[in-house]
Amino acid sequence: MKPAKFEYHAPGSVDEAIALLGRYEGDAKVLAGGQSLVPLLNFRLSRPAALIDLNRIPSLAYIRADDGVVRFGAMTRQRTIEFSDVVRQRLPLLSEATRLVGHLPIRTRGTIGGSIAHADPSAEYPAILAALDGEVVVKGPKGERTVKARELFQTYLTTSLESDEVLTEVRLPAIDAGAGTAFEEFSRRHGDFAIIGIAAVIAGDGASCSMARLATAGAGPIPVRLRAAEEILERDGLGDAAIAAAAARAAELVDPDSDIHASSAYRKHLTGVLTERAVRRAMAKRGR
Amino acid sequence: MPEPVSISLTVNGIAREGRCEPRKLLVDFIREDLELTGTHVGCEHGICGACTVIVNGEAARSCLMLAVQAEGAEILTIEGLAKDGKFHPLQEAFRQHHGLQCGFCTPGMLLTALDFLRVNPHPTELEIREGIAAVLCRCTGYQGIVKAVDAAAKELGRTTG
Repeated sequence: MKPAKFEYHAPGSVDEAIALLGRYEGDAKVLAGGQSLVPLLNFRLSRPAALIDLNRIPSLAYIRADDGVVRFGAMTRQRTIEFSDVVRQRLPLLSEATRLVGHLPIRTRGTIGGSIAHADPSAEYPAILAALDGEVVVKGPKGERTVKARELFQTYLTTSLESDEVLTEVRLPAIDAGAGTAFEEFSRRHGDFAIIGIAAVIAGDGASCSMARLATAGAGPIPVRLRAAEEILERDGLGDAAIAAAAARAAELVDPDSDIHASSAYRKHLTGVLTERAVRRAMAKRGR
Repeated sequence: MPEPVSISLTVNGIAREGRCEPRKLLVDFIREDLELTGTHVGCEHGICGACTVIVNGEAARSCLMLAVQAEGAEILTIEGLAKDGKFHPLQEAFRQHHGLQCGFCTPGMLLTALDFLRVNPHPTELEIREGIAAVLCRCTGYQGIVKAVDAAAKELGRTTG
């Protein structure tokens, strides 16, 4: 018996979940896939008065592609995303990154909404939300609102969601068919959280770059969009010198903390190295 | 004080029932309440994979699920893998290729491999290594496990066409 005592609720609808969250006034936690929350409960690092389990709300699990946007119900499992043809065609970056999320038995339960709401800065999905300028739909007692990636993540494990709000949908703009994408990640063992991860999207013919998108995982308290590095590529193209300059700029743009896994200096170094690798691999995949 | 909850589920094809606090983990419910101690409990935070079982057809960590979440679920534990006194081809391959020593990780390793081979019936050696990276083994150095999963994949491919 590991977790401290809590009351358990498995509502059948989002409205019911919101009402329950309101009743506990900030002392309840939303349970999605549980692959991050349950370890925190087992260690008693988290001791909420109640768990509001979303797993009995079937309407929260879907993948819908329309108008250039792919919309994911918050409870869509990572495993479903991994094997989704729609995701493979419209968001190959997400397909690739999903295989780096934990391991298959973790992805069986883990969800896209849970990963983003948990806001671990080393996780892959928050970096993709930032790279693609995605947004989430949040529902609370006062209704629904959409929140952009840059307004969502505040610091480690902290989002701008209110305690009585539920993240219900994740919206990612589909990637243009001609663009190339890559997710480069360094971790100590396969399936571990990233020490540094880089999401890259590159569009343009030959050495020209009409659009670059770069974002980090693991390089600070929130995912970092590397806009100044993107601008170098969009202005100077995809020659060796421009890529090297963009990679150097990327390393300057981040201010990572040191921890037991890696020093700040090493993380900055990796940010540059992996940016270059991600850009080159994304370039090579253009037009396929 | 949270009320105990009643749980009905199917384990290895048999309808089972139990009653426990909502905070009870599925792995503890399987071992203590259902008395199926073949599922091992290791790290209790989702890293080691020893407690992996099949939930509704897919491998999952039973230390990262609450028992109450398994209400209505169909679960396969290691006790249900052999059929009619005959080892599953994965178990037979682990025996032949030295895929275990102390046996602690073996139940989780076998059920992880079962799910892995279902989604990838013809894996390369690298894919096998990635697949079984979900479970930690401290005895074998993994070489025997990789050989066993490879042999089982070939055997399952042969018997099921």
